[in-house]
Amino acid sequence: MIRLDGNSIAGTLAELFGGEMTEAQGICGGCGAENFVGALHVYRAAGIVVRCPSCDNVLMRIVEAPGRTWVDLQGVTTLQVSR
Amino acid sequence: MAGTAVLGRLTWLVAEVVETRSETPHVRTLVLDVAGWQDHRAGQHVDVRLTAEDGYQAERSYSLASPPGEPPAITVERLDDGEVSPYLVDVAEAGDRFELRGPIGGYFVWEPDGSTDPLFLVAGGSGVVPLMAMIRRRAAAGSDVPATLLCSSRRFEDVIYREELDQLAARGDGLEVVQTLTRAQPPGWAGYSRRVDVELLREVAPAPDQSPRVFVCGPTSFVEAVAEGLVSLGHRPGRIRTERFGGG
Repeated sequence: MIRLDGNSIAGTLAELFGGEMTEAQGICGGCGAENFVGALHVYRAAGIVVRCPSCDNVLMRIVEAPGRTWVDLQGVTTLQVSR
Repeated sequence: MAGTAVLGRLTWLVAEVVETRSETPHVRTLVLDVAGWQDHRAGQHVDVRLTAEDGYQAERSYSLASPPGEPPAITVERLDDGEVSPYLVDVAEAGDRFELRGPIGGYFVWEPDGSTDPLFLVAGGSGVVPLMAMIRRRAAAGSDVPATLLCSSRRFEDVIYREELDQLAARGDGLEVVQTLTRAQPPGWAGYSRRVDVELLREVAPAPDQSPRVFVCGPTSFVEAVAEGLVSLGHRPGRIRTERFGGG
């Protein structure tokens, strides 16, 4: 499966969070690494899986279906958004 | 609330093709007129959504090629098994409409901000598109920040924006354009003739102690090889911003 990065889901994230998110910084719940969302690893299949570029821990899972979107953020400790 | 656009909120807009421009045999630029468009930043992209008569939708991201202040333009490479790019490259003509949302992104963005740190831009194929927006932005702003663009293409005829890049590099304002052709080279070719490797990066990139800001865009394997190569040469990972693209 082709590895993409957080830039490729910028539109989906902007729709979900109501603003630009690739410059937000996320802390991995697995290894504690802090990375820009734009730099996170992204895999797309039936849904979107976002992994930590440092330790490969699953940070987010997003499934878009007609009329609804399901989001799992279990792997992320914090997201810091500059405003 | 239908018909009510919340300011700053990302919504689907209607784009109308104003002009098309062939860049290479497989690549075309579409200049768009988008009602409700908010000016973009160099490096941002848009999501394009096509809807078939039966309701099937396909969505892909395309980088903006035009600099801020100019109408949005996307440059698209045709992927023969793609769902969206064959329409945009071969079929769409002036007056055609499709859905688009954007501008999108902030991580892979460059703005002239007074910093004199050199810019190092590395493109694999159509990865040059967002970097071209940065180069056009730099030129439009009259910036003389030292900038080097390293473009990797398969053949001479595949080099996107070749003439404009030559013209911009000839202005003598600190932009250097370096081309490498990985598949075939025309007679008398003076550029590089191989894939971007660590040795090539060592020759072309500003030295790590100049603390260049680096933007790399292209297919995943290209982007990761370049980023790893730069880190192995002593460039700080935090100075390297990458954007990978897949199919479409």
